[in-house]
Amino acid sequence: MDDNGSAYWSATLGLLGKILAIWFIGSFGAGIMFADALNGIKLGGYPLGFWFAHQGSIYLFLALIFYYAKAMGDLDRKFDVHEE
Amino acid sequence: MDLQTMTYLVVGASFALYIGIAIWARAGSTSEFYAAGGSVHPITNGMATGADWMSAASFISMAGLISNMGYGGGLFLMGWTGGYVLLAMLLAPYLRKFGKFTVPQFIGDRFYSQTASTIAVICLLTASITYIIGQMTGVGVAFSRFLGVSNETGIYMGMGIVFAYAVFGGMKGITYTQVAQYIVLILAYTVPAVFISLQLTGNPIPQLGLGSNMVGTDVSLLMKLDQVVTDLGFGQYTTQLPGDKLNMFVYTMSLMIGTAGLPHVIMRFFTVAKVSDARASAGWALVFIALLYTTAPAVAAMAKMNLIRTVNPGMVMQNTDPFQPEAQIKIEERPDWMKRWEKTGLLKFTDKNGDGRIQYYNDKTKNEAVKAKIEAAGWKGNELDVNADIIVLANPEIALLPNWVIALVAAGGLAAALSTAAGLLMAISAAVSHDLVKGIFKPDISEQNELMVGKISMAVAIVIAGYLGLNPPGFAAGTVAIAFGIAASSLFPAIMMGIFSKKMNKEGAIAGMIAGLFVTLFYVFAHTGVFFIKGTEFYDLIGGKNSFFGIQPNAFGAIGALVNFGVAFIVDKMTKEPPEHIQAMVEAVRIPRGAKAVDGAH
Repeated sequence: MDDNGSAYWSATLGLLGKILAIWFIGSFGAGIMFADALNGIKLGGYPLGFWFAHQGSIYLFLALIFYYAKAMGDLDRKFDVHEE
Repeated sequence: MDLQTMTYLVVGASFALYIGIAIWARAGSTSEFYAAGGSVHPITNGMATGADWMSAASFISMAGLISNMGYGGGLFLMGWTGGYVLLAMLLAPYLRKFGKFTVPQFIGDRFYSQTASTIAVICLLTASITYIIGQMTGVGVAFSRFLGVSNETGIYMGMGIVFAYAVFGGMKGITYTQVAQYIVLILAYTVPAVFISLQLTGNPIPQLGLGSNMVGTDVSLLMKLDQVVTDLGFGQYTTQLPGDKLNMFVYTMSLMIGTAGLPHVIMRFFTVAKVSDARASAGWALVFIALLYTTAPAVAAMAKMNLIRTVNPGMVMQNTDPFQPEAQIKIEERPDWMKRWEKTGLLKFTDKNGDGRIQYYNDKTKNEAVKAKIEAAGWKGNELDVNADIIVLANPEIALLPNWVIALVAAGGLAAALSTAAGLLMAISAAVSHDLVKGIFKPDISEQNELMVGKISMAVAIVIAGYLGLNPPGFAAGTVAIAFGIAASSLFPAIMMGIFSKKMNKEGAIAGMIAGLFVTLFYVFAHTGVFFIKGTEFYDLIGGKNSFFGIQPNAFGAIGALVNFGVAFIVDKMTKEPPEHIQAMVEAVRIPRGAKAVDGAH
C-alpha cells in the first residue's frame, strides 16, 4: 500500500475504534454493566439503566452509524480515495 | 363489517399489492436476479433491509418475550440492533467494494480456496434453512388464527405468494415487495401501540408513553408495573435478569455478531450503487428497524399491564388486593378475546382450586410474603397459561380496539414472515446457483442458464421451506438461535479477518471457521441433543447445564467467534503468508475509489 493508502487506513481504524468504544459503553456499559447504578437516576418515568437497555442504546446506534457514514465520507475526500 | 370479512379484505389487499409488484419487477439478467440491478436507492434498500431483517420472530414473538423477561429482554433489543453498527462499519461497505454477488464468493476469493467457499456455503445453507422454518410456522399461525383456514392451507398460500415474486423477480422482485411489506408491517405494529399507549398513559407516542404516568394518576407506568408484578410473585419488571449479567452480556454480543454475519442481510447491501451508499443504507435500515424495536418494549410492558388488569380488575387502578376472594375475574365473565384464543391452544386455563375464578400469578415465587398470601387465599397454582406470541397478536383485542386494527395486525404478521422468508430464499438460491453450480460444478455456464438455475433452485428452496413448515421438526423452536450461533461463530469472523487482516491466509481462515462452528454446535448439542435428537443430550459430560460460566447455549455464538479468531491467528502464524495478489486485493477492498457495479465473474 502506498503512503497515502496506509495513512487513510490508519485514519479509518482510528475512527472505527472511537465509534466502537462509544457503541460498547452505551450498550454493554450503560445498558448492562452499570444499569443497576444508573437505575437510581430517573428519565421521566424511566429508570435510566432500563431506558438504555430498552430505548437509549438503539438511538445511540442510529446516531453512530450516521456519524460514521459522514466522517468516512470526509476521510475519503481528505485522502482523495472517494468514488467519482 | 365483521372481523372475518375485514381480515380477508385487508390481507387480500396486501397480497394483491405484492402480486402487482411481482408482475412489474421481473428479473431478466443475473444482475437483476442477484442484486436487483445494483442501483437501489440507499433509503429504499434500508426499508427493504428492515423487512428482510424483521421476521415473524421480531413481529410476533419478541414483544411477548420481553413482556415475560422484563429488563432482561433488552438483550434482544440491543442485540438485534447493535449488530447494524458492526455491519455498517466492519463489513457492508467493504463487501460492496469487493463487488460480487454472494458472501461465499468473497470468502472463496479472499482466501483463494474452494474449500473455504464450500464451508461458507454449508454455513449459509444451514443458517438460512433453519431460520426459514420459523418463518413458515409463523405464516401458518397467522393464517390459521386470523383467516380461519387450516395451518396447511395457510402455508400453501404463503408459498404461492413468495413463489410469484421471488422466482420470477429474484432480488429485484424481493426488494420492491419488501418495501411494501415494510410499510404494512410497521403500520400493523405501531397503530395498535399508539392506541394502547393513549389509553394507558394519555401519550400517543409509545416510546414516551412507556416513560409516562398512568392516566389520571401521578404514578409512572413502569413503577406501577413493577409493583403489580411483584405483588403477584413475578420478578421486578425493570430489573429482572435472564440468569446473570454475564449471560446477558454474552447473549447480547452473540446476537449482535450473528446479526452482522447473516448472509441474507449482508446480501442486501450488494444492491446499492456505491460504497458510500452502503454505509448510509445501513443507517437507514436501522431507522426503519428502530421504529419497531423502540415500540416493542412499550407494547411488552403495556400488554402485561392490560393482561393483569383483565384478570384482576381493580388491581391496577383501584389498588384492590389481588388476593381477596372476589378480586379475580369469574370464568364465565371472561372477555371474548380469551375465548377466541383458547381455540388456538395459545391460551389455556384450568380452575385448579375450583372457585370459578382465574388466578394468574407466579406459583414458583421465592418471595416469602407473597407465598404467605397465596397460602392464606387457598390458591392451588397458577391457572392461566399465556403463550408469548399472543402479546402482539391479541394485543388489539385485549385493548378492545376496532376490527380494522385487528385485521391490520394479521396482514402485518404475514408481511413480516413472508419478507424474511423471501430474503432467506434469495440467499439460499444464490448460494446454490452461483457458488455451487457456477463456482464449482460448471464454471463455464452461460448467463441465461445461470439465471434459469437460479430460478429453479429458488423454486426448489420454496418447496423445501414449505415442507419443513408443514412438518416442523421437533426442534423448530430453537432453530433461530442456531442460525445466529452459526453466523456469529463462522461467517462473521471469517469475513472480518478477510478485510481487516491482510496477512490472514486460507489455512487460518478455514481452521478458524471449523473450530468456531464446532465449539458452538458442541455446546448447543450438549443441551439439545446431537442434531436435536432427543435422548442424545450430553451436558453431564461438560459438567451440567450452562456449565460454561452459566452461559446459555443460545448465547454461545460470541464464544464460538472468539475461538474462531484465536485459532485462525495461531494457524496463520504457523503457515505461509497469502500470495501477493491477494494482499493487493485486500488493499483495494479497503478503498472506496474504483467501486463498480456488482457482477458474478469468478
